[in-house]
Amino acid sequence: MSDAVYQMIFGRLTLDALPLHEPIVVATFGVVALGGLALLGLITKYKLWGYLWSEWFTTVDHKKIGIMYMILGTVMLLRGFADAIMMRLQQAMAFNGSEGYLDAHHYDQIFTAHGVIMIFFVAMPFVTGLMNYVVPLQIGARDVSFPFLNNFSFWMTAAGAGLVMASLFVGEFAKTGWLAMAPLSGLDYSPDVGVDYYIWALQIAGVGTLLSGVNLIATIVKMRAPGMSLMKMPVFTWSALVTNVLIVAAFPVLTAVLAFLSLDRYVGTNFFTNTLGGNPMMYVNMIWIWGHPEVYILILPAFGVFSEVVSTFSGKRLFGYTSMIYALIVICILAYLVWLHHFFTMGSGASVNSFFGITTMIISIPTGAKIFNWLFTMYKGRIRYELPMMWAIAFMLTFTVGGMTGVLLAVPPADFVLHNSLFLVAHFHNVIIGGVLFGMFAGINYWWPKAFGFKLDRKWGLVSFWAWVVGFWTAFTPLYVLGLMGVTRRLRTFDDPSLQIWFVIAGIGAAIVAVGIAAFLIQIAVSILNRDKLRDETGDPWGGRTLEWATTSPPPHYNFAFTPVVHDLDAWHDMKSRGGKVPAEGYMDIHMPRYTGAGVILAGLSLVSGFGLVWHIWWMAGGALLGVVGYAIWHSFDYDRDYYVTADEVAETERAGRVMAGA
Amino acid sequence: MSHDAHAAHDGHHGEGGAAHATRKGYVTGFLLSVVLTAIPFGLVMGGVIDDMRITAGIVMALAIVQIVVHMIYFLHMDTKSEGGWTLMALIFTAVIVVITIAGSLWVMVNMNRYMMPPMPPASAAAPMSDMSGM
Repeated sequence: MSDAVYQMIFGRLTLDALPLHEPIVVATFGVVALGGLALLGLITKYKLWGYLWSEWFTTVDHKKIGIMYMILGTVMLLRGFADAIMMRLQQAMAFNGSEGYLDAHHYDQIFTAHGVIMIFFVAMPFVTGLMNYVVPLQIGARDVSFPFLNNFSFWMTAAGAGLVMASLFVGEFAKTGWLAMAPLSGLDYSPDVGVDYYIWALQIAGVGTLLSGVNLIATIVKMRAPGMSLMKMPVFTWSALVTNVLIVAAFPVLTAVLAFLSLDRYVGTNFFTNTLGGNPMMYVNMIWIWGHPEVYILILPAFGVFSEVVSTFSGKRLFGYTSMIYALIVICILAYLVWLHHFFTMGSGASVNSFFGITTMIISIPTGAKIFNWLFTMYKGRIRYELPMMWAIAFMLTFTVGGMTGVLLAVPPADFVLHNSLFLVAHFHNVIIGGVLFGMFAGINYWWPKAFGFKLDRKWGLVSFWAWVVGFWTAFTPLYVLGLMGVTRRLRTFDDPSLQIWFVIAGIGAAIVAVGIAAFLIQIAVSILNRDKLRDETGDPWGGRTLEWATTSPPPHYNFAFTPVVHDLDAWHDMKSRGGKVPAEGYMDIHMPRYTGAGVILAGLSLVSGFGLVWHIWWMAGGALLGVVGYAIWHSFDYDRDYYVTADEVAETERAGRVMAGA
Repeated sequence: MSHDAHAAHDGHHGEGGAAHATRKGYVTGFLLSVVLTAIPFGLVMGGVIDDMRITAGIVMALAIVQIVVHMIYFLHMDTKSEGGWTLMALIFTAVIVVITIAGSLWVMVNMNRYMMPPMPPASAAAPMSDMSGM
């Protein structure tokens, strides 16, 4: 076969792309392949394919989609954490002339993959998953505004994750750091496929994120239960609204900047090159215009979770509800006014740096106000130290320190010393783990009984909690110290032997976090095994205050047999205190959307197209893209998209639910 | 666009939905768009105005006018539709776009001023004196 024909069929994909010369990757592949085969074998053996396809993959039920997002986040957390452990091990070893066990080629991919995966495929799915599950229940809706779009969004996110995973075994991932800064990510310095994997994984997942943002905004604006004015909306739903507004405004910037970068790489334009009028600084500027709102996209839903948790477990209405909402809105605008603090050192001069330093300090005011509101909610409350509440308290202590180091970094002269140091690395892990991840664990422990009808095991939950908190501080305090001493990030080997002890301590911290992750998985397994003992039959195990606790656990697929009518903030608490009862007759037909496999097919074709683009297999990329467009058009003629749950079926479901609830 | 026209179609849309489309509206929008596209095209092709910057300014201004035309006639936006949410979203978008563009220009212009090495050696003195004033 001639080279030209080969290239036409396979693009630049050759057998050399398989990383057979990297034993670590080969071993990983072996484990993943064996595990994957075992999983597929078990699914086949127990004949679960039909069940998975018809009940989960094709579902348009926001609750099941939410759960799938959480599963995706958990799986990718394991991958991202494996990268973290490898980095910690490498840095703890590579002293006194030792090269460690990772070569530069591999190490650079690992720190890039760690960042990309943790932000885009762990934190984002967790956040989107929680919003998907909880928001429609909290506003008394039967589903999101566009149920099929929701399914499609999930599968696009999963397809992006799939492309990142593929890069582990076919070719390589970017070696550029998680934001793929130009000109390093340009063709001159990164001619390999790594950056292309990065671009297309994020572009595909970005479609999902953006559409899910549109979907949730429409849901919150249009589908609230009667009587729920904006200022009677639960705080978590408010945080979801603001988050999704940020998503819709910010993600197109990422799409655009990655599109320019791909033009540079694919058709030879010069947006971000060093020559021919290109301006790499513009890449840095644009990607942070997305990047800064992104961190608020991650943290605001966590703030929402903590607001619900602190209020519920203190047995009090949230202190300063109105100020909480205004703080959210102020953060939403200010989030767009601080992006330059990520590159004070790029040299825009004193006046620009002062402006962005000051706006950054200002944004800590609404954030600080929220911390005080939670503390005042706890003040004189009857606090129950259930797992979600413990995560909330650990968050307040941890996040406050992270916030303070953030304000420190906001001072431009200090930033000139600390820029790109391990101090910065410690700071953003401090706020992302201590804020976002703790928030997600609080949310998972809080809403699990709603999703599955039984609580999570407390003992293993405590193990996970303490291991995470202690492990976090052990892992990142040394990085603060090292950063203050001037150690920069992303280094593979070190010359100064006196630094080694700090990296060893950080490595021990990462090992403790590993215990926390294992305990979290064991907690879930143990809880499933003991589900009869942990069963919650009331549908309201925590004495909740918002509408999601008004329906049975797990909720019927239509959520509420009767659309609730809201008279007050904390609608469910209000109903309980007025002795309201859910009516047991007079059901009506319920209009529901049908499940469809279109989302899986469209996202699958997008994944194939992305793979073709990465390897320059043009027939594959173009063919799959045509498939996406063609199938989407064909699907739009499918008019059989809805059905009615008859009143009799509703009555039957409700009776079964109530029998289980012991009423 | 009127509430009367809207009420007639209540079966399709909830109260306070988007304003309604009419054939007249679409035709008006289309004609305006054609005119607003033809003028800049003609200006550039015919080289009507000598100063390129004035031409560019006119093209940009007409582009912005055309955005407004699209929003009114094709997207059916007005101050009342969707209970004011459309207007609020528009204002938010405008604020973000202004922040992004104005901010980027400010940041990049300052950076060029401070960080770019002076190209022709003759003018080297001017930027250097700026640096000392930092």
